[in-house]
Amino acid sequence: MELTQQAQTAEFFKRLNPNKLAQNRLDIFNQAKEALIKNGLPKLKEEEYKFTAITKTLDKAKVSLLPAEKFDISASLTRKEVIADLDADIIAFNNGVYDANLSSYSPSLNVNVEDGSTETASFKKHFGSYAKADKDAFIALNTVYAKEVVHIHLAKKEVLTKPVIFRYYQSNNQETSYPRVLITSEEFAEGAFIEQIISEEGSGYFINGLTEIYCAENTHLQYHKVQKQSKEAIEVNTLEVFQEKSSTFSSYLLSLQGGMLRNNLNITLNGSGGEANMNGLYLLNGQSHVDNHTSVDHREPHCNSNELYKGVLDDSSRGVFNGKIYVRRIAQKTNAFQQNNNILLSEDATINTKPQLEIWADDVKCSHGCTTGQLDEEALFYLQARGVGKVSARAMLLEAFAADVIANVSIDSLRNYMIDNIKERLGAHY
Amino acid sequence: MLSIKNLHANIEGTEILRGINLEVKPGEVHAIMGPNGSGKSTLASVLAGREEYEVSEGEVSFLGKDLLDLSPEDRAREGIFLAFQYPVEIPGVSSTNFLKTAVNQVREYRGQEPLDAVSFLSLMKSKMGLVEIDQKLLSRSLNEGFSGGEKKRNEIFQMAMLEPKLAILDETDSGLDIDALRIVANGVNKLKSADNATIVVTHYQRLLDYIVPDYVHVLYKGRIVKSGTKELALELEEKGYDWIKEEVDGATV
Repeated sequence: MELTQQAQTAEFFKRLNPNKLAQNRLDIFNQAKEALIKNGLPKLKEEEYKFTAITKTLDKAKVSLLPAEKFDISASLTRKEVIADLDADIIAFNNGVYDANLSSYSPSLNVNVEDGSTETASFKKHFGSYAKADKDAFIALNTVYAKEVVHIHLAKKEVLTKPVIFRYYQSNNQETSYPRVLITSEEFAEGAFIEQIISEEGSGYFINGLTEIYCAENTHLQYHKVQKQSKEAIEVNTLEVFQEKSSTFSSYLLSLQGGMLRNNLNITLNGSGGEANMNGLYLLNGQSHVDNHTSVDHREPHCNSNELYKGVLDDSSRGVFNGKIYVRRIAQKTNAFQQNNNILLSEDATINTKPQLEIWADDVKCSHGCTTGQLDEEALFYLQARGVGKVSARAMLLEAFAADVIANVSIDSLRNYMIDNIKERLGAHY
Repeated sequence: MLSIKNLHANIEGTEILRGINLEVKPGEVHAIMGPNGSGKSTLASVLAGREEYEVSEGEVSFLGKDLLDLSPEDRAREGIFLAFQYPVEIPGVSSTNFLKTAVNQVREYRGQEPLDAVSFLSLMKSKMGLVEIDQKLLSRSLNEGFSGGEKKRNEIFQMAMLEPKLAILDETDSGLDIDALRIVANGVNKLKSADNATIVVTHYQRLLDYIVPDYVHVLYKGRIVKSGTKELALELEEKGYDWIKEEVDGATV
């Protein structure tokens, strides 16, 4: 049976046991279930998944959409991609489910693992409020199957002294993981989060993660994600961010490896004075396919959004960028900037890029630009003419092109880790 | 040092150099002048190894080596330096890191030990005064947001750092006011020695008031049609290029 049908059958949903769910959670579950039965998974050429035939890819890899069981995480896997000198609170997930043994965090960090039977007030208020199941099949799928929700709450004026790192450990079983995270905050809170997916080379799996972030007034939150997975990995993740007045949210994404990776980033600017910064860098080779769909919704006046996505694509890798900017009629004095620049290093590499601006307000500054090209030959010659060898010169230019995307990452150890990975990928050892 | 024989070069099938002959010896300064489109900058580019140009005939030897066989970086490492007419702005590449890489790759090629950070910085400091370049400029991205004068000064600064045997200055005077011109020319003059040579490519005589040439060659339609001493430059300044054009075009009719 094809997956899209499989995901719609009564049999499929029977495997769940929603009986224990509290009322609010049960309602959200049922909405997701209905959305899934109604819409199924994205069909071929469906607009939002036009260049990323995700359903076909999952079918071909014979992925089961049933949630994967926990597995024995080897010591070597836990040591993989550890960021040197990073002092962080660690939240570990085993095939999408919270793993207490591998997690270690300060007692002061307010972490709740919600199984759905009981709900705190803030969980009840925010869970499922931003990621709507009828918007995207994978939101629905995650909402149906995420067993537990890791909820982190930042109290008023709480400033996290350490970043929080989510380490998602994945097994090799062609099954699906559904990690689900909710981050909520009160006024003036500050904190930084990092996400990594850890898998052995050659592991095949599907990870369908969903993270909702609620930024209260005057909060400063950052979310970082590094994608360096097995070449067989299939991922669809959604980051839903809801920003109140004068809050600042910044996201940084570095995609290095994976089979087919789809990143959905949706930000709602719901109060004046908000600022959203979206940064993405994809350095791809081999057969990797990375699709970044972002949207920012300016619902109130005097908000800024800055988006910078850049890609370097080699071999037969493929990149997709779709950037939506909505500026509502009331959202006057909006500044919205979007930039997507790509360098193709091989004739077989492709990029599909599409800016999508819908502006109803008239007193706004919005701009967008996308470029796709080869390395600047004139700059290359200039460096060579000074005695810098072609390989070094090329690496120098590519690193310069890429590095500004992550230049503002404020966690030194993470930024260094990113730079090392960028250098390694671009051969920048001059 | 440099010997060019019957050099022909074209870009996408259009022949621009049609048989250049030129001998440059250590210690000499040669000026290459000529009207727009005569092939002056092409000659400079071909010598530096720009790939868009195809050499169809002739030979160039530099210190006994076949220059045309070498990659642009190896030409630089052998001691050729091209000061660009339009230095390229390269955002994200720091001037200092770039120069350190360049200096050390050149040193490696010549079998010398690489400079460590300390000795590199002291070398930089000693050369900075030569072209009155501000250290602040060097902490920025390469040429990014530099004024025309700053770019040209940076070219001569790089030249001072790399200590070439043959410097080719391609229209270094273009876009410079008189003060900047003086500073740039002083830098070039201070770097001059009995062992190195300079080729100054220029449209105007102005620069040659400061960098005094031993020989002046007039390039027209891809050939050197007249050679002389610095007085030739003055004559060109006074009379323009028309009389040379007439002489050449008349002779071919």
